[in-house]
Amino acid sequence: MKIVICGPGCASCEKVKKTVEQAVQDRGIDATVEKETDFAEMARMGIFSTPAVVIDGEVKCVGRAPERSEVDKWLS
Amino acid sequence: MNTIHIPRCDCSEPNSEQKDGKGLARTLFLGSAGLALWWIIYSRLDPASRFLTYDLFGLSRDSHLGDTVQFFIFEVPKVMMLLTLIVFIVGIIRSFFTQERTRRYLAGKRESAGNVMAALLGIVTPFCSCSAVPLFLGFVQAGVPLGVTFSFLIAAPMVNEIALVLLYGLLGWKVAAIYLTSGLIIAMVAGWIIGRLHLDGWIEDWVREMRAGEAVVMEEKLTWADRIERGRIAVRDIVGKVWIYVVAGIGVGAAIHGYVPEDFMAAIMGKDAWWSVPAAVLVGIPMYSNAAGIVPIVEALLGKGAALGTVLAFMMSVIALSLPEMVILRKVLKPKLIAVFIAVVGSGILFTGFLFNMLF
Repeated sequence: MKIVICGPGCASCEKVKKTVEQAVQDRGIDATVEKETDFAEMARMGIFSTPAVVIDGEVKCVGRAPERSEVDKWLS
Repeated sequence: MNTIHIPRCDCSEPNSEQKDGKGLARTLFLGSAGLALWWIIYSRLDPASRFLTYDLFGLSRDSHLGDTVQFFIFEVPKVMMLLTLIVFIVGIIRSFFTQERTRRYLAGKRESAGNVMAALLGIVTPFCSCSAVPLFLGFVQAGVPLGVTFSFLIAAPMVNEIALVLLYGLLGWKVAAIYLTSGLIIAMVAGWIIGRLHLDGWIEDWVREMRAGEAVVMEEKLTWADRIERGRIAVRDIVGKVWIYVVAGIGVGAAIHGYVPEDFMAAIMGKDAWWSVPAAVLVGIPMYSNAAGIVPIVEALLGKGAALGTVLAFMMSVIALSLPEMVILRKVLKPKLIAVFIAVVGSGILFTGFLFNMLF
């Protein structure tokens, strides 16, 4: 599973990254968590507000930090 | 711009109709009870703070220390209670306004009407300055005129619920209303002027050549329970983040309140010192603070003889013209356009400062 967190690296994006990494670790899932900070790349994916979470190419959430319970649902 | 509509983001708990109906009645009941309790505590804060300071701690009513302590004990819970209530309500309102929706509204708008709408939407659309660039790209892609985009980018950080709550709580509704109105007018007029200058060529080239994908739009069907949950999350995130600034700001404010002599600020920030308005704007640009930290200090300065216009100009400059945001926007705007942006918004703030120094 490939998880990409989109955001320029401000506090809320970092928080999302931590939430997702923690969820991956807790559930023992084989997944890579990457950060995307390039705005042009985000635009190519159709993301125009941050933070955003993309799992295996599918945009799960844009423009707000998801709660842990939501992340758990995407990962299951 | 074409958009892909995702029928439902599975971000929210599924709620059956029936459960939601029952839940709504319960929520309404709990909400009104909570609001009543809030009001009872809120209205008792002033006498309680006096009782604590003068009777329980035995501080003298005319002493500097007494003044300072009473100010602190009264203002901190008062501002925190106001902040919690308003952030909760705004969190619920914001669940109706997403950036995607705002972009769609503005895409079809012409200038003038577009500037007015963009500034108003700036108040209610969730926005943080680090998402200014993707937002800008999205607006450009959707064909929102440059000036209209700027109206949004000026209003969104400057006119926000936190600034308004603090101004209302510490300085009264008149100052809050003046700030709201002049902030909106600056955003509308500055955006309109930037649009009239036709500076589209001063956007970075890669933005214009960018091949963007179709915008992903999360169409969420939120129940009232979900929206209230959003309000709760907003309180947790925002109040959890700014409380320390509020306490520190009121602490500094309390010290100024108790120890700095009256009229101390009159000479350097008073009405007669015309140069204090441009100086306040210049000093404010490199300073970066949120409204939570700046308003308590502003309140204390006003109390010591600083003029309202000067203080408003200072506050607007700190919030609206921030260096970090310029650095972020530099990725999409050429330096010339950033300079025009600073000049136009700075002039608007100067004008506001002089105007209110003349009126009050």
